[in-house]
Amino acid sequence: MKKILIIGATSAIAEATARRYAARGDALFLVARDSGHLRDVAADLAVRGAMRTGTATLDVTDFSAHEAMLDAAERELGGLDVVLIAHGTLSDQAQCQTSVEALRREFDINAVSTLALLTTLANRLEARRSGTLAVISSVAGDRGRQSNYVYGSAKAAVTTFLGGLRQRLAKAGVNVLTVKPGFVDTPMTASIPNKGALWAKPDAIADGIVKAIDGGRNIVYLPWFWRWIMLVIRHIPEPLFKKLKL
Amino acid sequence: MTAGVSWGRYPQAQQQIVPFHWRDAALPAGTDTLLAYGNGRSYGDVCLNDGGTLLHTAGLDRFIAFDPDSGVLRCEAGVLFSDILAFAVPRGWFLPVTPGTQYITLGGAIANDVHGKNHHGAGTFGEHVHCFELLRSDGSRTLCSRAVNAELFAATVGGLGLTGVITWAEFALKRIAGPWVAAQTVAFAGLSEFFALSAESERSHEYSVAWIDCAGSGPTFGRGLFFRANHATETRRLPRRMRLAVPLTPPFPLINKATLHAFNALYFRTTRRGEAVVPYPPYFYPLDAVADWNRIYGPHGFLQYQCVVPPAAAADAIAELLRTIAASGSGSFLSVLKVFSDRPPAGILSFPRAGTTLALDFPNRGAATFELLERLDDIVVAAGGAVYPAKDARLRAERFRRYFPRWQEMLTHVDPRFSSGFWRRVTG
Repeated sequence: MKKILIIGATSAIAEATARRYAARGDALFLVARDSGHLRDVAADLAVRGAMRTGTATLDVTDFSAHEAMLDAAERELGGLDVVLIAHGTLSDQAQCQTSVEALRREFDINAVSTLALLTTLANRLEARRSGTLAVISSVAGDRGRQSNYVYGSAKAAVTTFLGGLRQRLAKAGVNVLTVKPGFVDTPMTASIPNKGALWAKPDAIADGIVKAIDGGRNIVYLPWFWRWIMLVIRHIPEPLFKKLKL
Repeated sequence: MTAGVSWGRYPQAQQQIVPFHWRDAALPAGTDTLLAYGNGRSYGDVCLNDGGTLLHTAGLDRFIAFDPDSGVLRCEAGVLFSDILAFAVPRGWFLPVTPGTQYITLGGAIANDVHGKNHHGAGTFGEHVHCFELLRSDGSRTLCSRAVNAELFAATVGGLGLTGVITWAEFALKRIAGPWVAAQTVAFAGLSEFFALSAESERSHEYSVAWIDCAGSGPTFGRGLFFRANHATETRRLPRRMRLAVPLTPPFPLINKATLHAFNALYFRTTRRGEAVVPYPPYFYPLDAVADWNRIYGPHGFLQYQCVVPPAAAADAIAELLRTIAASGSGSFLSVLKVFSDRPPAGILSFPRAGTTLALDFPNRGAATFELLERLDDIVVAAGGAVYPAKDARLRAERFRRYFPRWQEMLTHVDPRFSSGFWRRVTG
């Protein structure tokens, strides 16, 4: 039985991932903003076989509340084997281009809060000399594009931070996994019309996350073909790239 | 994205799709009409709302509570039967009633009051529902059961989603020893043999259904295969199965007169007779083994026709329906025949009733197909039968009102903001 903490537990990808651990009989501690949704998710995981389902409500931008939440999680679970950080918002790019307030808020949610949580969690797991930190970043962080460079640059910060953290924590036997999903059909992306063949279901992403955590992987693109799509996108020369409309 | 399309891929509808992801969510504000849309496995337009909004319940898929002693399960309405089976079967439980696909939602099962191969013993799915919560456009949430709000319960079971959104429901699973069924296949040469087998099997077998060769004529007229089964005592785990898929929609239907005759003859000749203990999925869900099989009917989709004709008229009416279909040269690979019991209906608009039901699909060839279905309706009306709304895309209002004489009882229960393509057609 593993002890698993999920932050952003009511996101579609996190919920699908949690169901896989619940079916294995693992113990889960779930953190999210909305207590009603948290209660619905926890009840579902309990029916599916979770050994334990603790919950805590948290606004991730309330940085002063992080420590107490992590204490509660460790206390309730009696340790930490896997931490999945999955919270986030799909930034409104247009709004962020005119409002510095919106820009800062998006960065707080999608980057700074994650880095803050990782800072504390890294020290805790480093002291234990075991565990996995899995964080949902995004293919959007691989290159800035005009359509969503605010979200993308926040995820780029997360990806780069995780690269350094992975190198540091490897020495302590702690694994750091960077998850880079492509397009996923979730409530977060519901406003995007005409979803084509590149879109994946949260269940498929969750399968990939569990497999990557089990396998001690470093970086996974989900589904796998995004590795090759992003390889191409990263290598388009800037003079050409700036003329495109991605 | 396939949301907003029905299984027959006919008719096409333009609608705004809004995720309904949490059971405490409010309905979207506005004045456009609403309809819950689950997994799009009803065939025609009971799940479509052209020009309006669909509340997509794919994410409304959480379990709420399970009692391992009684088998009572409460879950959100978007949970798929396949998810319930994956959860329940390893724990020794099974769906009380299931149709021929496991890719339907719980909400859809209630709204269409679905039936299965055990109708003669267990009735429809609605009979096994204890209660549910109904969210209506005035914002009210009503707990409905046979004891409280019984009228709204009866209007919602089989109510085609018109009374509001079912957010969650509670029903009883049934005990099984393991995931295997003892299935028997018996060939029959004609309809009278079918009726004799069916009567005999009602006592001996929990499940029964027949495949009939809808292309048969002369000496092969009315021939078919009778499949009956009971849950087996075998408790071994199931082997893993491969799932095939139809990857593309071909530019024309793969079903035509030649392939239809050849397939039916081949299927009749090569299907193994006798008894075998088999995993439950191929017995209950043979077509689920091929993902997106509806694509074989090509870009214009297909129309399914399922009717029931009362016992006294059944033998003659089924024969006449089969003759009419065979003469048309149209018809399907999988034509299904089953005798319903005379149990009272669970809902005001429930389809199953005493008699014999025939189901088959037709590639959409435009006017010729619609004319054939009108002729089939003539036979069903004359016999005093009915057509199944969950399969329908073309029924005329006047026929619907004869098939469902209690339809006006629905009017007081239909939510003023809820509607569907089907409902506007048959009540407009």
